[in-house]
Amino acid sequence: MKRKLTYILTGLMLSISIGAHAGPEEDRNALINHFKQTLPGDIKFKDYIYGSLAMNPDAKDQYDSFMEFPSYSIDLDKGQKMWETPFKNGKNFPSCFKNGGKNVAGNYPYFDNEANRVVTFENAINSCLKANGEKELKYAEKEMGLLTAYARSLSDGMTVNVKVEGAAALAAYEKGKAYYGTRNGQLNFSCKSCHVQSAGKFIRSDQLSMTIGHASHWPEFRGGTKITTLQGRFKQCEKNVRAKPKAANSEEYNNLEYYLTYMSNGLPMQTPVFRK
Amino acid sequence: MAAAMKMRTKMEGDVVDVKVLIQHPMDTGLMKDKKTEKLIPAHFINQVVATLNGKKVLDVQCGGGIAKNPFFGFKIKGAKSGDKVGVNAVDNLDTKFDGESVIA
Amino acid sequence: MNQSRRAFLKNAGAVGTVVIAIASGLLKPGAAFAAAWNKLAFTAKDPAEAITNAGYGEATESSEIKIKAPDIAENGAVVPVSATSNIPGTTSMAFFVEKNPTPMIANFEFSNGAEPFISTRIKMAKTSVVRVMVKAGNKNYTSSREVKVTIGGCGG
Repeated sequence: MKRKLTYILTGLMLSISIGAHAGPEEDRNALINHFKQTLPGDIKFKDYIYGSLAMNPDAKDQYDSFMEFPSYSIDLDKGQKMWETPFKNGKNFPSCFKNGGKNVAGNYPYFDNEANRVVTFENAINSCLKANGEKELKYAEKEMGLLTAYARSLSDGMTVNVKVEGAAALAAYEKGKAYYGTRNGQLNFSCKSCHVQSAGKFIRSDQLSMTIGHASHWPEFRGGTKITTLQGRFKQCEKNVRAKPKAANSEEYNNLEYYLTYMSNGLPMQTPVFRK
Repeated sequence: MAAAMKMRTKMEGDVVDVKVLIQHPMDTGLMKDKKTEKLIPAHFINQVVATLNGKKVLDVQCGGGIAKNPFFGFKIKGAKSGDKVGVNAVDNLDTKFDGESVIA
Repeated sequence: MNQSRRAFLKNAGAVGTVVIAIASGLLKPGAAFAAAWNKLAFTAKDPAEAITNAGYGEATESSEIKIKAPDIAENGAVVPVSATSNIPGTTSMAFFVEKNPTPMIANFEFSNGAEPFISTRIKMAKTSVVRVMVKAGNKNYTSSREVKVTIGGCGG
């Protein structure tokens, strides 16, 4: 009799803890609170998009100076040309997206229940190419970078609005979140080690940026001229901790992008931007 | 051929603020290609002339010390709406880059 | 002894094989920049030599040259720098990065209404003094700022 009671009580406790299990929104708010307490100064929520620049006026000044007339201006025109040039069948990229591609990027990534996978903006670009009999672009590489740098700029000002609805979507989100917190590489750091636990602190002369605000401004032109996509940056960061990076468009990186972009919900998008 | 120069002009009183960007690698000739280990040959813009309605206002000589995709900002007093700002650049391989902008 | 000859003698000891080239440059004192690219100035490795070859030798410090540059460069390959000369009669301005392999960055000559102001983006090999030279009324002036260039931890 006593054992049965124990089982019942354990079962009850388990169900209570599952019911009280934090969802994406609770995760996001918990992080925002964490950064409010731990980051130096008093950073406005909308300024989280500037990452470590929000904590360093000298660096922000340089960023502002660049953004007045970015070094990548003419490169971005190439992206525009790619976006606007019709396919062989006469259709074009705007025809594949709602609203001609304007103010849509904030909805990516989303979870496709039918395909049972996360769909990124780059996936959508390639689906569009495939559907129109054109060759798909390599993920995270220069061409995809330039094209999405322009395409996503059509959503400038839009708030990031990633949705996690349904069990399958939640599972993918949780996988991304788990990856974010898993130690990796020879240096044995997780994304969390730097961007949650040590955000605001310095690694050599680089100030670590915070998770919230990370995903709203990709691709970037690193050093002002080198196009880098979000998953391209994942690869760089993994190499920095001496881990073997995953492939762009891998399930791990797509789930990670899903989680990470959710963490920037509510923030205004701007693409592309300068970073060191 | 894709535009290799972009220019923006903005009147501030009787002074026009000009910003110009030229697409160029600005290779110093001192860097090695990481894959081939060979020196990347010097390839940089070395002279730029800016004009207002055809009259020279700025004469620039520069080297590989200017950053990739050279950016120059300068101001010309006495300019007005409708005036034409011209920028003519040349690199060490004698390739020319020309652009002009009519002040709004 | 005129100014240019004194400068020549001052530099002679430090320069070595480029001495002859400096001498020929100084045979035309006060000459405006030739149309040909000033190779002697741009290829000089020593900052003082580069400055002299560019025609800015014997300069006096001036607080009337305002320089805007970062304290710590985000990326040494692309450092935004601007300068204004409030010295009356300014005709040209030049930028040097003292610790670059070749310190001379650029020279700007103003005429027909161009204001003595330049904004540009430069390369810096390492932490260095960024020096701005100004020519006004046939006299040379200078001001400088130190800009730090660091090796990041993960800037990529």
